[in-house]
Amino acid sequence: MLQFLLRRALLAVLVCLTVLVVAFVLTRLSGDLAISIAGPQATAEDIATIRQNYGLDRPLVVQFFDWAAHAAQGDLGRSYLYHAPVAGLIADRLPITLTLGLSGLAIALLVAIPLGILAAMYEATFVDRAIGIVALIGQAMPSFWIGLVLIIVLGLKLQWLPISGVDTWEGYIMPAVVLAFSAIPALMRLTRAGMIDALASDYIRTARAKGLRPGRIVLKHALRNAAMPVVSVAAVQLGFMLGGSIVIEAVFALHGVGYLAWESISKNDFPVVQAVVLFLAVVYIGLTLLADMMNAVLDPRLRTA
Amino acid sequence: MKPVLEVANLRVSFASGTRAVRGISLAVQRGETHCLVGESGCGKSVSSLAIMNLLARGATRSADILRFHDTDLLKLTERQMAQLRGDKLAMIFQEPMTSLNPAYTIGSQMAEALTRHRRISRAKALDRAAELLERVGITAPGMRLAQYPHQLSGGLRQRVMIAMALMCDPELLIADEPTTALDVTVQAQILRLLQTLQRELGLALLLITHDLGIVARMAQRVSVMYAGEVVESASAEALFARPTHPYTRGLLECIPIPGASRRDAPLGSIPGVVPRIGPDFKGCGFRDRCAHAAPICAEMAPLQHAAPNHDYLCRLPPDWPEAAAA
Repeated sequence: MLQFLLRRALLAVLVCLTVLVVAFVLTRLSGDLAISIAGPQATAEDIATIRQNYGLDRPLVVQFFDWAAHAAQGDLGRSYLYHAPVAGLIADRLPITLTLGLSGLAIALLVAIPLGILAAMYEATFVDRAIGIVALIGQAMPSFWIGLVLIIVLGLKLQWLPISGVDTWEGYIMPAVVLAFSAIPALMRLTRAGMIDALASDYIRTARAKGLRPGRIVLKHALRNAAMPVVSVAAVQLGFMLGGSIVIEAVFALHGVGYLAWESISKNDFPVVQAVVLFLAVVYIGLTLLADMMNAVLDPRLRTA
Repeated sequence: MKPVLEVANLRVSFASGTRAVRGISLAVQRGETHCLVGESGCGKSVSSLAIMNLLARGATRSADILRFHDTDLLKLTERQMAQLRGDKLAMIFQEPMTSLNPAYTIGSQMAEALTRHRRISRAKALDRAAELLERVGITAPGMRLAQYPHQLSGGLRQRVMIAMALMCDPELLIADEPTTALDVTVQAQILRLLQTLQRELGLALLLITHDLGIVARMAQRVSVMYAGEVVESASAEALFARPTHPYTRGLLECIPIPGASRRDAPLGSIPGVVPRIGPDFKGCGFRDRCAHAAPICAEMAPLQHAAPNHDYLCRLPPDWPEAAAA
């Protein structure tokens, strides 16, 4: 187990370094920061001054190691636009994104797992097909479109829920449901496939031969063995929800990390872009590690192997 | 005496149209071992699953009689059947490597067999599990209870399966090739254990095997299955003394007997494999492999009596082996 963790940690550091390099190079390729800070009326002299003040005239390699060294010490630099430490900017916006992502995942799991179990128990019957069709429709609808439909119907026509902002918890309901929508089909299908395999296995026959009740057979004996791929994918989905909710945050005017990323990319605010990308890489690595550890709890064979 | 298990005209067919079991009848008395013998694919396992109502989806069963003591198993709901299974009616499967749940400890899986059917604490159930593990010859049972299936060898897992089936002191045990995965010494130990339990508890045992050595050692009654039918049914002595169906005779000729078999004489074998039986199948299932097949075998295979309580399914008269020898 210790060796497993060490190997994973080493891998995580390598992934982080790669992400850092890629993020750094890509931002430099996307435009000149000095020009966008200086504004349209600036002279060539102004731009040169800004470039010098921000250290942008140094060679790229020097800039990179300077930034990486600071990042390693927890200093992610300052935003050129907000004139504030990047770490603080992310920390301010994190609660919104985290609440949104976690409630989105919770809704997705609460819908996808029971539906997947039902579809597996009634495999190849009307129930299974109906659930499959619903999942297909869900997968085919883009999330920004669902978001807009919900805003029009629930927000504007029926006026049940606020259409933007998160001044009250009700503001989270629609964006979380929209986020969940995109995750449900995959999670549902994985649960169904895993449960079909598990229910056809010899140990389920043994459980039935012991006379166990159907609920216990399905939820204790089958689900635990079917859960592993679901856990792995749910972790990736959560990472996606934490970082990829840019569209949702824009549609519902939520000022989360996704929105910050979009804003900084469009305005060439390099330190923020780099920091957000690094932050998301760390989140992904952390979540995959968490998923592996949860799977080791679920399956004893992974613990001793 | 009323049998513990009585089966008449049991049939199982699969969604594909295959008739896996075609009207078998048998009875198991209290304290008796009834062996169901036959080669792979003859319908032994399917028959036992049908009795337990554990058939996979897509398989359907029907029977004229399927009775456990006075209970008509055909009329039970799945819920009522589940109350009998694992309690009075237990079963051991032939796949020890996959029949235990990889995610739970041996102790957890054994204890729940008992806590499902009795009002008993988990701690007491674990004590009982440890006691049974010891009886099936597992040393350090306390340690084994905390282990997971993947930490045990195939032989140990099969012994766990056997111990688990005994948790509730069943009256009928259906054992599907319970010792096939075990080495000979352990096999002998398990068979001895089953015999002891029969003496002590009056356990009725339906033992499914392809090993005629086990039949000779354990069985009071034998039913020989072929292609979904019981082709010969007799007491163990009668079957070994006067095997009448050509298939039974073929099976017995496949066993080498030290001293009695001549070294240079070829050991018997039955050419061919068990045919797949569709809905329109008629006549004798063994005719394609039988040395005594006649045109009439494509039409019918009558049930005949070689002696009281000794039935066989063949056109040949009961004294044909003597006539053939003469």
